[in-house]
Amino acid sequence: METQYITIGILFLGAMAFALAAMILSRILQPHRPYPEKLETYECGMETQGPTWVQFRVSYFLYALIFLIFDVEAIFLIPWVVKFKELGLPALIAMFMFLIILIIGFIYDWKEGALDWE
Amino acid sequence: MELSSLAFWILATMIIISGLGVVFLKNIVHSALALIATFIGAAGIYLTLHSEFLAAIQVLIYAGAIAILIVFGIMLITKGEGKMGETNLFGKYKISAGIVVLIMVSLVSYLVLQTPWQITTELNESLMSDIAKLIFYDHVVAFELAGVLLTVAMIGAIMIARGVKKNG
Repeated sequence: METQYITIGILFLGAMAFALAAMILSRILQPHRPYPEKLETYECGMETQGPTWVQFRVSYFLYALIFLIFDVEAIFLIPWVVKFKELGLPALIAMFMFLIILIIGFIYDWKEGALDWE
Repeated sequence: MELSSLAFWILATMIIISGLGVVFLKNIVHSALALIATFIGAAGIYLTLHSEFLAAIQVLIYAGAIAILIVFGIMLITKGEGKMGETNLFGKYKISAGIVVLIMVSLVSYLVLQTPWQITTELNESLMSDIAKLIFYDHVVAFELAGVLLTVAMIGAIMIARGVKKNG
C-alpha cells in the first residue's frame, strides 16, 4: 500500500519539477519584449468590449446545482455498482427507490423550465 | 520520520497555506482557487488515513461540484473588479466577527476535547464492501432520506431561482 503511494508521490514531484523547469528555463532563455497585444489574456479571438466582470444569468447556477445533486447521486451509485452481486435484491430495491425520489425532483425541474435556455 | 507522518505534515502545511490564501488573497477568483487547493489537501489527508473512497468523494464532490458552485456563485454576484473587500458586505464588522469566531473556535475545540471518539463500526481493508453494506442494509432509511434531502434541495433552488427570474 505505502509503496504505491510512494510511486504516485514520485510521479507527482516529477511532474511538478518538469513544469517548474519549463517555466524557469523559458524565463531565462526568452527575450523579454512585451507589447500590449502580447499581454492580452487570449492570443486569438475577438477583442473584449467593455468591462469583462459582468454578472451572469441565474440559469448557470441552476445547471451547476442540478449537476451537484446528480454528482452526489453518482457517489452513492459507486459502492452499489462495485458490490452489486454481493448486495442482491434488497439493495436493488433501495437503490431504485432512491433513484425514483431523485427523478421526481428532476421531472419537476424539467416541468418548471429550469433547463430551458431562454 | 515515518513516511505517512511526513505526508501528513506536507499536506497540513498545504491546507493551512491555501486556507489562509482563501481569506487574504485580494482577488475573489484566486480565493476560490485556493479553496480548491484546500479541498484537495483534505483529500490527501484521507489518503494517508487509508480511506480511498472518502478521498475520491472529497475530490469529486468538493473539488469538483462545490468548487463549480462557488465559481458560478462568483460569476452571479460579483460586481466591479472582483475585489475581495468589495464582495463581502459585512467586512467592516471586524471586532464583532472576531468575538464570534473566538466563541465558535473555543466551543468547537472544547467539544473536540470532550468527545471520547469511540469507533462505532470497524472497517477492514476492503473498505468498499463495508461501506456498501452499511449504506444499503444498516442505514437504508438514512440513505433514502438523503435522496429526499437532495430532491428538496433541488426543488428549493428552482423555487428561489424562479422568483429571481420573475422579479428581474
